[in-house]
Amino acid sequence: MADDIFILGINMTKFGKHPDKDTIDLAAEAAMAALADGGVTMQDMGVLAAGNLMEAAAGIGQQLQKQIGQTGIPVYNVANACATGATALRTAIMAVKSGECEMGLAVGVEKLSGAGLLGGGGSAKSDKKVFEPKGRYGAVTSTDGRIGTNTMPGVFAQIGMEYGHKYGGTSFELFAKISEKNHAHSTLNPLAAYTKKMTLEEIMGDMMIAYPNTRPMCSANCDGAAAAVVVSGAKLKTLSLEQQRRAVKVSASVLTSDPWQESCQVLPDVNTLTKMAAKQAYEQAGVSPEDLDLVELHDCFATAELVHYDNLGLCEEGGAADFFNSGATWRDGKTPVNVSGGLESKGHPIAATGIANIWEVCHHLRGEAGDRQIEGAKVGLAHVIGLGSACGVHILEKSAA
Amino acid sequence: MAAVPIVDYLVLGDEPHLVAKQCTSCGARFFDRRNACASCSGTSFEDAVIATSGELKAFTIVAFAAPGVPVPFVAGVVDCDGTSVRGNVINTEPDADHVSLGMKVRLATYAVGTDDDGNEAIGFGFEPIEN
Ligand SMILES: [Zn+2]
Repeated sequence: MADDIFILGINMTKFGKHPDKDTIDLAAEAAMAALADGGVTMQDMGVLAAGNLMEAAAGIGQQLQKQIGQTGIPVYNVANACATGATALRTAIMAVKSGECEMGLAVGVEKLSGAGLLGGGGSAKSDKKVFEPKGRYGAVTSTDGRIGTNTMPGVFAQIGMEYGHKYGGTSFELFAKISEKNHAHSTLNPLAAYTKKMTLEEIMGDMMIAYPNTRPMCSANCDGAAAAVVVSGAKLKTLSLEQQRRAVKVSASVLTSDPWQESCQVLPDVNTLTKMAAKQAYEQAGVSPEDLDLVELHDCFATAELVHYDNLGLCEEGGAADFFNSGATWRDGKTPVNVSGGLESKGHPIAATGIANIWEVCHHLRGEAGDRQIEGAKVGLAHVIGLGSACGVHILEKSAA
Repeated sequence: MAAVPIVDYLVLGDEPHLVAKQCTSCGARFFDRRNACASCSGTSFEDAVIATSGELKAFTIVAFAAPGVPVPFVAGVVDCDGTSVRGNVINTEPDADHVSLGMKVRLATYAVGTDDDGNEAIGFGFEPIEN
């Protein structure tokens, strides 16, 4: 039987605006803190996986090594949309699991403050205006806004609306209430970009971005980094009792891509691959959704959080609206979801998100979450999804030691 | 002056319609070219005419878009007799009082603009079917 994998050290920077720090500064801050948290240094690392989306060709891993330690170990620079951080972590886990090394470091970092609306742009331009077919659809002019929308708030709005059409129970107000929950949760998280409680009226009355998503119902573009040190079970046994006590077991680590579905060519399918990842993760970990003490899921928009209740099996099929209305996903509910404040409040520095979600869960499993501690948390799940699509699901368990 | 479709899968004429490439093995439909079917890996395709009416199964009202894209507009997905089609809902007010999930719509075309050679681009969207 393969050896278990543990998170030995983990850290996230404060998410928000960091005008005085560049990408490498942020990555170095998270990486050094994660190493210190695990009681190790770069000298102990056998692999480095570095995630960054906006500068995917820049070799962020090697740049980071120059900042914190060039030891000649293999570097994997990864980019996988909003699942980039989870992919970096999974890459380090695979290297340790394969036996190539005993410890690895995964880092995710992004500078996004002021990036504005993602996914838009790309209008045709030339000196002489001539309608000539171009691209895979033979378009003679820009199709964004003429044949649907390319904006992320618009795409994810349709994903939530599609769920409502299929199962009923959704409304502008329901989606806004999900956002109300996450903003309320954020008041307890000092590392969140936004920590202001918002009333339902404030959320619904705010600037409409793409109905039914108003501005506070969208994830916030911001700067941030997160990093994790993973270690094999065999190596962990040789470390101090304190390191063993704080280590968090990675009970499942799964990455999926989107299998073909009828409508996936016109509206990205974020459901099927999440369902697949969740099923595999529950099987790997030998736990069921009822066992989860907390869940950090990819609420890039309020409309997205709803569908993932269903995709992750937290409720019965089609029952996401009822599940939310029961209060289950508030921090005092049956299955607390996004007690960090979620991407809507905490912020979404793309490549950092997939490791920051793991950090949040680890924080509770170690009993170190302070004011927002979910009492007695033993098992948690972290989920991210990137359009294209890629889905990462990790299940984490409190160390038995 | 000639009329040109905004995309190559829009067929103009007396009865404008959309056409997809259909996998001859499994029937999966694609609006762009594929080397092998994403569903079954088959490699043979034939043209298939898409139904010109259907049901709105998802939509959003975009209020904030890239520069140069006029807002607000309604973007949606229409179930045209089993084939999902991406398009805007047009010829109605772009608000939640006039657009609803499950509403019946049909294909409609409109002039997008004219180029320097006098060619007119024709776009398409879906308009509500009055009851
Ligand atoms: Zn096929």
